[in-house]
Amino acid sequence: MSYQPIRFYQTGTFTVGNRLLPEAQRSVQSGRERTNSLNSGHRACQGCGEALGARYAIDAAMAATNRQLVAANATGCLEVFSTPYPETSWQIPWIHSLFGNAAAVGTGIAAALRVQGKRDVRVVAQGGDGGTTDIGFGCLSGMFERNDDVLYICYDNEAYMNTGVQRSSATPPAARTNTTMPVGESTGARFGQGKNLPLIAMAHEIPYVATATVAELRDLEAKVRRAMEFRGARYIHVLVPCPLGWGHGSAETIKMARLAQETALFPVFEAEHGEVTNVSKIRRQLPVENYLKPQTRFAHLFKPPGHADLVARIQALADRNVQRFGLVGDAEDAQ
Amino acid sequence: MKKPFAITLDPGSSLANHTGSWRTVRPVYVDRLPPCNDACPSGENIQGWLFHAESGDYEKAWRLLTEANPLPACMGRVCYHPCETACNRAQLDECVGVNAIERFIGDEALKHGWKFTPPAKSTGMRVLVVGAGPSGLSAAYQLARVGHTVTVREAGPLAGGMMRFGIPKYRLPRAVLDAEIARIAALGVSIELNAKVDDVLAAKRDGHYDAVFLAVGAHIAKRAYLPAGSAGRMLDAVEVLRSMEGEDRPLLGRRVVVYGGGNTALDVARTAKRLGAEESVIVYRRTREKMPAHDAELEEALQEGVLVKWLSTIREAGESSITVEKMTLDDKGMAQPTGEFETLAADSVVLALGQDVDLSLLDGVPGLEIDGGVVKVDANMMTGHPGIFAGGDMVPGERTVTVGIGHGKLAARNIDAWLRGETWTHPQRHEIASFDKLNTWYYSDAPKAQRPVLDMVRRQSTFEEVVGGFDPATAQFEARRCLSCGNCFECDNCYGVCPDNAVIKLGAGNRYAFNYDYCKGCGLCVSECPCGAIRTQPEEI
Repeated sequence: MSYQPIRFYQTGTFTVGNRLLPEAQRSVQSGRERTNSLNSGHRACQGCGEALGARYAIDAAMAATNRQLVAANATGCLEVFSTPYPETSWQIPWIHSLFGNAAAVGTGIAAALRVQGKRDVRVVAQGGDGGTTDIGFGCLSGMFERNDDVLYICYDNEAYMNTGVQRSSATPPAARTNTTMPVGESTGARFGQGKNLPLIAMAHEIPYVATATVAELRDLEAKVRRAMEFRGARYIHVLVPCPLGWGHGSAETIKMARLAQETALFPVFEAEHGEVTNVSKIRRQLPVENYLKPQTRFAHLFKPPGHADLVARIQALADRNVQRFGLVGDAEDAQ
Repeated sequence: MKKPFAITLDPGSSLANHTGSWRTVRPVYVDRLPPCNDACPSGENIQGWLFHAESGDYEKAWRLLTEANPLPACMGRVCYHPCETACNRAQLDECVGVNAIERFIGDEALKHGWKFTPPAKSTGMRVLVVGAGPSGLSAAYQLARVGHTVTVREAGPLAGGMMRFGIPKYRLPRAVLDAEIARIAALGVSIELNAKVDDVLAAKRDGHYDAVFLAVGAHIAKRAYLPAGSAGRMLDAVEVLRSMEGEDRPLLGRRVVVYGGGNTALDVARTAKRLGAEESVIVYRRTREKMPAHDAELEEALQEGVLVKWLSTIREAGESSITVEKMTLDDKGMAQPTGEFETLAADSVVLALGQDVDLSLLDGVPGLEIDGGVVKVDANMMTGHPGIFAGGDMVPGERTVTVGIGHGKLAARNIDAWLRGETWTHPQRHEIASFDKLNTWYYSDAPKAQRPVLDMVRRQSTFEEVVGGFDPATAQFEARRCLSCGNCFECDNCYGVCPDNAVIKLGAGNRYAFNYDYCKGCGLCVSECPCGAIRTQPEEI
């Protein structure tokens, strides 16, 4: 866990706020003074995980930098739904250039600020999984390699949702997308493909890498805050469920993110200079079916006669995550 | 305005885009009825007072609690807490220890000397309350609070009714009872002791009372015909427990047999043990599952060494022994004799077979009906005689202190309305906040706090209070285990989880509001509300 958990205050650290806590211990999101960096009126779908994750992350970054923040944004849902010309939902300095160059734009802004001597203004580059793991990967890897002073945040909804749900290299195996339809011999996205970008980022040995979900706000905020304590390249990978592309109810966005973590399909951890330093232990471990079944992108796995073998392979992936990251066990702070 | 190349529109905020128009369902904040409140026979707003206790504002908690129940220190000891049985948290780990917190708050009030707020002005109406038991005291308190002049007439030498003459000291120390009664008297209620009412109509007329509340309780022990071979000691439970309040303790002997399976039987058996009986045996005709006594109390009795002879009836009582017949349960769960007999040594036999109501004061009251030994009342607690209300053990219902207090409160509401020429109607009950309405992910795992218990030697030899109270830290911990079912406790979840920033936080104590200009109706706030205080309803299109 990335923060000191609060015990015995009815809801502990699980809820957004808690009236019983001193102000200093409350989350950024619980405060009326939060920036609402991504404001109302944006055109994201009902229950959009990315809109939520972006506000969580950028508000936390604003709080951590005393509101001295510039953001570069890759093309993608987040950019499209927030800034249809001539409106913007962003209440921060925000730049959009291309799909693949958010990291490079971030690098440029950081360089310009350095030249101007503005050490206190910090840079965030952000994008979806397509703009991060596929199209912008080269720029991002370069940013990592040069250790440019940018925090890159990837909002991972596991496919190209804005253009109509096409597979990305972050799409999980067996998921149905419009380019991995389970027809004929096909059973959705293939096993053995795709990238694990947090691990790739760690391989660059950059100062800070973390994963988070929209289901655990405190953890996400703590990670953004921690990231801002470093200079150099930092990477946060946030899982943001997509009601449209995943095929779950708009009210279940946070539940899906929670299930991804509790089934160990999405390990939540943080790493510094290439080494894992913290792992969020699973609170109530669940089989992967609990996560897969509510999503229509996995419906073909359960339609008679079903694909028990594939579900077992997905469970094996989860089990591997448990092993690899030590997701199960009595953390002294597990509540 | 000169614009850059290819730019034709001024930049604007997306606030111009009212995404609320997308909505087909809307979230609305609701207050649902928590199961504890629903189950409380006294009608306490338990979730409400726990809310204040959570933040350590015990006085506010006490003030809200005492809107329904003026005796929290007593009830925090003797109530059988149906609230805890109903508590949603039991489905998560263990129920919230409401009873123990109530006691803590009650004791805090006594410690700090908190007083009830006197009524703003007197109504000039006079009400007679007959009986100073829990029901009578409760009614007197509620009536005095709204400004009526109340006189309580009690037949006995001290107020408290069965709380004093039925419940042993080791469960309810008399100092606590006295202090809580004194606080009601301090509100202006006049309590007349040794003032038995023999004729209720005469008492009403002579005292110029506008209404009467009857709550004389049930003090007459039921008898069973037992052939007594010779003059063995045969007593009844009410008599034994009552005499414990006097100077002379009852002589029960070394081997005491108690006949019956209710809480009173347990009270007598435990009292006998404390008085030095080597054997204290309860003879009950059915099994533990069928026993009307509360299991927790049976458990305490067994711990103290009380023995129970299950499936047995007493056939004969002799000088120093009794003959017991073994029973068996038939298909319907009724006890049937088997013809097998057994002899038990007994110096005395105490009958605890239930109590009847002394109805003599009601002779000749026109319209008043009696059915099965108890007084008939309508839904408004009024007897068939206008202006005469009744409650507690003398009307149909479960006979517990909590029910009595609830009757008193309900009767007081009705008497007050009746005195003003109105009829009281129960406010609309909210929908129950059942377990399925909660999102329990958000609550911290926290096991129930246990109350300290007196050591066994002292439990068997003295009348010191068996169950202790919480210290302040434990009380607060336990209060914070409340899930606040169905009622917003300001956790900020809705405010946080809205992807559209369409929840307005109104500040401490004021909860939240929806900004329907931007709410798209996704329902995230509804599913992530821990306590089920948001509901969706279809948008009128």
